[in-house]
Amino acid sequence: MSDPIQKPSNQPAQTTPPKPVSLNEPMDRRSFIKWSVIGWGAFVAVLGGYGAMIMRYLFPNVLFEPKQSFLAGYPDEYTIGEVSERFKDKHGAWIVRDTEKIYVLATFCTHLGCTPNWMGNENKFKCPCHGSGFYKTGINFEGPAPRPLERYKITLTDDGEIFIDKTKKFQQEKGEWSDPESYLSV
Amino acid sequence: MSEGNNKFLENFKKTQLYRAIFRTGGAPISTHKQRILVTLNNVFLHLHPIRLPKHAVKVKYTWCMGGLSFFVFLVLTITGILLMFYYRPTVEYAYGDIIDLSEQVPLGLMREIHRWGAHLMVITVWLHMFRVFMTGSYKPPREFNWMVGVILLVLTMLMSFTGYLLPWDQLAIWAITVGSNMAGATPLLGASGPGASLLAIGDVNFVHAASDARFAMLGGRFVGEGALLRFYVLHCIGLPFVIMIFMIVHFWRVRKDGGISGPT
Repeated sequence: MSDPIQKPSNQPAQTTPPKPVSLNEPMDRRSFIKWSVIGWGAFVAVLGGYGAMIMRYLFPNVLFEPKQSFLAGYPDEYTIGEVSERFKDKHGAWIVRDTEKIYVLATFCTHLGCTPNWMGNENKFKCPCHGSGFYKTGINFEGPAPRPLERYKITLTDDGEIFIDKTKKFQQEKGEWSDPESYLSV
Repeated sequence: MSEGNNKFLENFKKTQLYRAIFRTGGAPISTHKQRILVTLNNVFLHLHPIRLPKHAVKVKYTWCMGGLSFFVFLVLTITGILLMFYYRPTVEYAYGDIIDLSEQVPLGLMREIHRWGAHLMVITVWLHMFRVFMTGSYKPPREFNWMVGVILLVLTMLMSFTGYLLPWDQLAIWAITVGSNMAGATPLLGASGPGASLLAIGDVNFVHAASDARFAMLGGRFVGEGALLRFYVLHCIGLPFVIMIFMIVHFWRVRKDGGISGPT
């Protein structure tokens, strides 16, 4: 750094100097700043680009997960007042029919995610882990569960079959149970 | 007998082999400078200070918790590598391989050592922090190293958290379900967190169950194959890599900030 820039001493001076950017000449302040900005800008841009690529890479396009939607037969396969456990093991959903509608409850306790049991005699869902209890509607009434069971989206296909989409959830405490997609009028 | 040994050693010190390995050479150490050079010229010895203040070796003062944390970390590294020879991070094999490790593999103790060691490391790191706090060793000029220490504590917790899932039993799956739901409640970045709906243009919601922080962590919408593999890679490669970098800085700064703090 402290060495003076060495100039070739024994070379003849050029007659028409075009003033090229020579490595032997010190760079002036203006072009130093210009090239610094360009250089560092490019470096940061490339780094940021790689960062964005890595972030995007972590979000896969295709998931090899079980399907999140299923066909659940026809509405008349469900009796009024009953909790159907037909799809509990396979899809984690209870299908409940009351006098005016059918709704689908997620089989996940809202306390810590265990699977409650339907106690037909006592007319309630009871979680074996910490004793949370839910009414047939899914409303919590005992134990540590802080909120009601969630409901899944339920619609009818064109040929009248029940179609349940588990990626769309409806929470009572957010007032979502009045959403027309959260139940099926029968 | 001992004289013969000494003679052998003296002769060995004159060989090219000895001089090639030990850069200081075989000359007898007689001066203070030579003694220092022996330490400085050896990659392993130079990690240690040339001299220590008397209080630094008092267990009553240091509790030796920092050293014990590092020791347990080494034990976990070795047993962890050994476990990797048998454990397969897939939904099909993971749980069975863990059972196999403790019941069928010779010296299946390795898995238990790894598990108890992990618990122990969390305890020693906490106690180390407690000691550093109570002796006021977080004060300048050591405040930077305190912050590095806080990062190391968080990394230790993350190592525990990612390791928690790998046995793939009910405890593991539900614990990570609960833990990752917290990520889903991150403000702005979690689908069920506050402000997630702000990041939407019209009907297009950018932060939903398949694009939020929880999803990035699990590699899926729930704890499954993707999560197991992701946690395995983080536990075995990603986090150890990061934690070692911070450990290098941490140990180096202990020396540069004037060694172990002392009573004033």
